[in-house]
Amino acid sequence: MQEAVKANAARALDVEDLSVRYGTSTAVDGVTLAIEPGEVVALLGPSGCGKTTLLRVIAGFVRQAAGRVRVDGATIDHLPPNQRNIGIVFQNYALFPHMTVAENVAYGLRARGLKGPEVEARVSRFLETVQLGGFRERLPRQLSGGQQQRVALARALAIEPSILLLDEPFAALDRNLRLDMQIEIKRLQRTLGLTTILVTHDQDEAMSVADRIAVMHKGKVEQFDTPVAIYDRPQTLFVNGFIGTTNLMNGRVASLQNGRATVALDAGATIELAAPAGLGIGAPVLMSVRPEQLALSAIPGPDAWKVEPGLALPIGAQLVHEARTTDGTFLKIIEPRRAVSNDAVRVYCTLAADARPTLFPRST
Amino acid sequence: MRTMTPPSPDGATSPADGGGKRSVLAEWQLALPLALAFASIFLAPLLMLVGVSFFNDDKITQPGFGQWAKFLGDPFSYKVIADTMLLGLKTVCATIVIGYPLALIYLDASPRLQKVLIFIIVMPLLLSVVVRTFAWIVVLGREGVVNTLLMQFGIISEPLRLLQTELGLVISLTQIEMPLMLLPLISVMSRLDPNLRDASSALGASRWRTLFKVIVPLSMPGLVAGCLLVFASSTTAFISQTVIGGVRLIYLPLLIWQQSLVVFNWPFAAVVSLTLLVSVLTVVSALSYLGRRSGGYVHG
Ligand SMILES: Nc1ncnc2c1ncn2[C@@H]1O[C@H](COP(=O)(O)OP(=O)(O)O)[C@@H](O)[C@H]1O
Ligand SMILES: [Mg+2]
Repeated sequence: MQEAVKANAARALDVEDLSVRYGTSTAVDGVTLAIEPGEVVALLGPSGCGKTTLLRVIAGFVRQAAGRVRVDGATIDHLPPNQRNIGIVFQNYALFPHMTVAENVAYGLRARGLKGPEVEARVSRFLETVQLGGFRERLPRQLSGGQQQRVALARALAIEPSILLLDEPFAALDRNLRLDMQIEIKRLQRTLGLTTILVTHDQDEAMSVADRIAVMHKGKVEQFDTPVAIYDRPQTLFVNGFIGTTNLMNGRVASLQNGRATVALDAGATIELAAPAGLGIGAPVLMSVRPEQLALSAIPGPDAWKVEPGLALPIGAQLVHEARTTDGTFLKIIEPRRAVSNDAVRVYCTLAADARPTLFPRST
Repeated sequence: MRTMTPPSPDGATSPADGGGKRSVLAEWQLALPLALAFASIFLAPLLMLVGVSFFNDDKITQPGFGQWAKFLGDPFSYKVIADTMLLGLKTVCATIVIGYPLALIYLDASPRLQKVLIFIIVMPLLLSVVVRTFAWIVVLGREGVVNTLLMQFGIISEPLRLLQTELGLVISLTQIEMPLMLLPLISVMSRLDPNLRDASSALGASRWRTLFKVIVPLSMPGLVAGCLLVFASSTTAFISQTVIGGVRLIYLPLLIWQQSLVVFNWPFAAVVSLTLLVSVLTVVSALSYLGRRSGGYVHG
């Protein structure tokens, strides 16, 4: 009993100041992540930002130039990949093409010296878990993409790893299947209590599956936070632009008081909002605000600016407006679709009641 | 004998053509020169060889089974056949033992080193047979490189007899035939997904387990192709066999040469030639059958 608890206990994973260099280029640059036991963390970033490389260091395939990786506080940097007990699902699944589904899943168990009936029992259990019980004797090439991926998952889970790494596991699947698999992975991860890192360049996927998201850019982690915090309070302009859709408006700091700034927008309104550190009066700034946090109104005011409404596209239950400000910026505004609205007179734009705009310094 | 039919262009079989028969005939005519060339170059000599083997006298005047009876009735013939096939198998084994690790080293090398290695690998193919055979005489001779080195380091006191022994012959054939093993091996192995090794290792497998459970099975098609080429080439390597092996080691090609160009008994030479052809084809088919069975999953 004690053993079983230990084998299934979730592990903490710490990545400390990790750097990887290929020749002269730096693929991972001083990354630090403290991942809680049982947490799902998404590594999110554009292609080439070092996500796979970071994963390969954790798995032990690539040696870092600097930094440490710890599991439950103990460094694993000296261990070869076959002693790390980390499950990994590759972007292309990397199933052994000459082995059947059952043999693929049994591979890690046999490598651990398990024999006949025990291997058999575990293979059956994990194939049932991923709902592929009837496919034991198929070869990988006789399976669809989604089935192959589930075999890869079963193969990684069968060794009861302490940590699960998934490299863009859903990239090759079509939309519906992707959603199914995301739910599936989330469910499995919950039941098994596995600490999981999911690499993706798809923000919706990161938002829906992860407890926390590490947004990467050029080898660095720009922000490591919950999906909501990343969406609502992006720390850098890159994160702001990469996550969701946003409007950027030019302005200058008019006054500063108690960590709040009054910003005079070039579009012709004054807005008060939280100021980042290091801004002076008169500093050029960018205000970022999400489309659904803007509203059109018929009433002028000091915090409303004049716009010239453009196209309005109904998308589901929402209406997406395009509008042009007096300084020539195009804004995207999303409102719930109402039965009656007189768009002709709504020529002012304001922040919606619950708006959380963010201020970034602007280099001129 | 296969005749080649060129792929039919869409227009040739379209109903608008009117006479479907005529277009088929036209295709035949296109393939005809090639078919004739094949027939005259390969089929005719082979048929002549078969024909000549059924004459009793070396003037080729009396038809009969006399030469076949003479060859197949002589125990010495079977020894030569066995020696020839064994020479091929030993060379195949040696090229595998040395070539497989070399292919693994090549795969792990940096792209720049790979360029150098591939040049060294194909080098034997670029030299004339005579040149590389005489080079081996220099290396293996009584006062050759091998003996001089071994004596200087005091490993042996008497020079080893390497020339005109089967060992020396296998050593030199191994070097000469190595590209035929390495090229198919490397071409198959470098197409393997590198993630497979990592996957194996992440699942807890040692390097050896990864090698024998993943890399070897998946490189089987290359290994089989290499074995076939090396076997067919080393059993028929007349120049190396006679120059390095000498006249006391008798293999089928030497027998053919003696019968046809020394004693001018062409019917007997034809019998030996056909025996060589059939023996090599038998072993080659057996090898490729075994290869298909063990590497069956890989194809397709
Ligand atoms: N084996 C390698 N050799 C040299 N450069 C590499 C290698 N692997 C990755 N890189 C480089 O490191 C950077 C990060 O790559 P990667 O981690 O694969 O990015 P991602 O997975 O985020 O798309 C890229 O610029 C890539 O070109
Ligand atoms: Mg990647």
